[in-house]
Amino acid sequence: MSAPNTVVPPPAPEISAAAAFPEGAQGHHELPAFPSGFDAQADELVTHYPVSKRSASLPLLHLWQETFGYISPAGIEWIAGKLELQPINILELVTFYPMFREHPIGRIQIKVCRTLSCALAGSYALCDHFQKKCGTAEPDAHGIATSPDKKYSVEFVECIASCGTAPVIMIDDDFHENVTTARADELLAKYTA
Amino acid sequence: MKNPFNHDTPPADTPLVNVQVDGVWRQFPKGLNAVEVARRVGKFIPHYCYHPKLSIVGNCRMCLIEIGSPKMDAERKPVMGPDNHPEINWIPRPQIGCATQISEGMALRTESPLVDECRKGVMEFLLINHPLDCPICDQAGECKLQEYSVQYGTAGSRFVEEKVKKPKRVDIGANIVLDDERCIMCSRCIRFSKETVDDDVLGFTQRGSHTTLAVHPGKRLDNNYSLNTVDICPVGALTSKDFRFQMRVWFLKETKSVCTGCATGCNTLVGSREQTVYRLTPRENEAVNSLWMCDQGRLGFHYIHGPDRLKQPLVRLGQERVLTPWAEIIPQLAARLREFQPGQIAIIASGRLTNEEAYLLREVRQALGGEAVLTDLVPRAGEADGILRSADLNPNSHGVALFGLSRQGKALEEIRQGIEAGRIQALLVLHEDLVKNAGWPEATLEKLKLLATQTLLKSATTERADFILPGASFAEKRGSLINDAGRLQRLNQAISVQGMAMDDWQILLQLKAALGGGNGLHTIEEVFKAMAEATPAFAGLSLSRIGDLGIELKPATASV
Repeated sequence: MSAPNTVVPPPAPEISAAAAFPEGAQGHHELPAFPSGFDAQADELVTHYPVSKRSASLPLLHLWQETFGYISPAGIEWIAGKLELQPINILELVTFYPMFREHPIGRIQIKVCRTLSCALAGSYALCDHFQKKCGTAEPDAHGIATSPDKKYSVEFVECIASCGTAPVIMIDDDFHENVTTARADELLAKYTA
Repeated sequence: MKNPFNHDTPPADTPLVNVQVDGVWRQFPKGLNAVEVARRVGKFIPHYCYHPKLSIVGNCRMCLIEIGSPKMDAERKPVMGPDNHPEINWIPRPQIGCATQISEGMALRTESPLVDECRKGVMEFLLINHPLDCPICDQAGECKLQEYSVQYGTAGSRFVEEKVKKPKRVDIGANIVLDDERCIMCSRCIRFSKETVDDDVLGFTQRGSHTTLAVHPGKRLDNNYSLNTVDICPVGALTSKDFRFQMRVWFLKETKSVCTGCATGCNTLVGSREQTVYRLTPRENEAVNSLWMCDQGRLGFHYIHGPDRLKQPLVRLGQERVLTPWAEIIPQLAARLREFQPGQIAIIASGRLTNEEAYLLREVRQALGGEAVLTDLVPRAGEADGILRSADLNPNSHGVALFGLSRQGKALEEIRQGIEAGRIQALLVLHEDLVKNAGWPEATLEKLKLLATQTLLKSATTERADFILPGASFAEKRGSLINDAGRLQRLNQAISVQGMAMDDWQILLQLKAALGGGNGLHTIEEVFKAMAEATPAFAGLSLSRIGDLGIELKPATASV
């Protein structure tokens, strides 16, 4: 008697890799236009790490985000190519560090401290105020609330080391202390102008 | 097979150092890691991420043990105890064994209350987010998480919170499915892909409480060695699309064999239940394939049970195929063959024959007229990949050549022209489809007065054959093969020959007896013995002496 011998095909997997790992799968896959000197700046950063180019991963990611606002799949591939790595090596870093963004946010970035002193001094109300003033949508998975016109994004951050002058915020790279709602309106007007 | 790391086999000239393992002083090669040290004295340190052939990352923490070093006096000399061995300063906290390289005077405790507690703790952490879906998990039965739970874990869990949700049933490659919730983040698959196959597409994203094993977006784990990641995955995170849900592993009988997918001859285990082969897995042989095999070889067995498999001896009568018992078909074929002069007969041997079959085929040829019967095989050229795949896709080209049955394909054209010109009128074809594999036009075969084929699968050649002798697949036979490095290895029988098919050596032996009389050979061992007596390369060998790991033949005799 012979065995049935039919090989039943295994059930087809239900999820494609792209659907399962959405991070990094979206966004721009074409390289953006580089500002002049960008490539040279990247090359210069790599020279800081003569032992292992791989160590330049984080500096290059920062450079990319500062230049283009967020790290696109094309950026991940470009950095990996520059450092003779595979893209997954860079994606691991991008998805690990909260400060790296894989999606564009608002042009004006408002970061409100919510650690103890600032929280006691009203940073939650301040953050609400900013969100209302900027007309932001609900915060995304990473807690960043962006206005539909992509002009502003507002988010909480942890301690930015000025507890004596709470509440403190950062707008882009500028630091502001003792920010009341009135001061907040002034600042917004100044940055919007 | 060159591995990037061989933590288990340090160079032979490594100096020895004295190390105390669980109270007993012994000597080991310096720099060996503690997991391997323990293994050498029959102790087992459980581990997930450590693998002797991959880089050491030390991330699973399962191999925590106690480690001590010699107590030093004021002059930095070891303080000697009454047993003339150094007194030990134990490090007051556990250390991972995999990343601990031994040095002179070191001491290890692989069994202690602290070690037990560490293992329990690590097991509890690993199981916190594990889905515990063992009843439907393919890894069940060969899962390290399961095994160590029984041996080192605790029955209960204190975890009452929500488990982390991660991607499941993810299609990450042609042969692989990923369940991220089962993954314990040992990173063996990542390291294997990167270090052994140089295909760095896997990595951990979202590191932290949601650490996710992922394939880079837009890429696939599609290299020809991908299924080895399923083997080394200690849990059921990576499973084989081909094997999953086919059979519970504890029902599988594992038969030691050799892959016949190319001339490398990777050592394998054939996993079968009753009369069905379910999977092939690599079997360790550092002289051949280490612990690995390619996906092509691993998945190349389904034809055994495929719809094209020939299971009945058939004779063509007009347009009909008539099932003819072996006892009749062999004498009929012998009688037909005897109608021809030696120069009118040709044989297409095969690089897929075992040595025993090749030896018997030579005997058959002898009975038909010896070397006047033109004989050759169909070479199969592939591409060597620098890892395991050989450029020769015939598993036994060397062996078949050893019996003078191969002219490396150079005589094929001569045989074809002979048939076209009517000089050659009878052809015996073994395990080849001349239309598909040698590119012969079907019309050539039509010109033959007698076409007999001994093979496994239906093909254009069997369609035109007057005699079809169904043979045995590699999983159904015993016999020996010589790989491309001149190593003699054994096939073992995992399942019975399918249907009415018969083991190839028996077919050839009976044909030889029908043509030229018997010679007292009845078993494969006797065939091997007769072959060894007639073949200097096999002098002094027997089938059992080849052993599970094979024997390197002397280069002079192996390279024909």
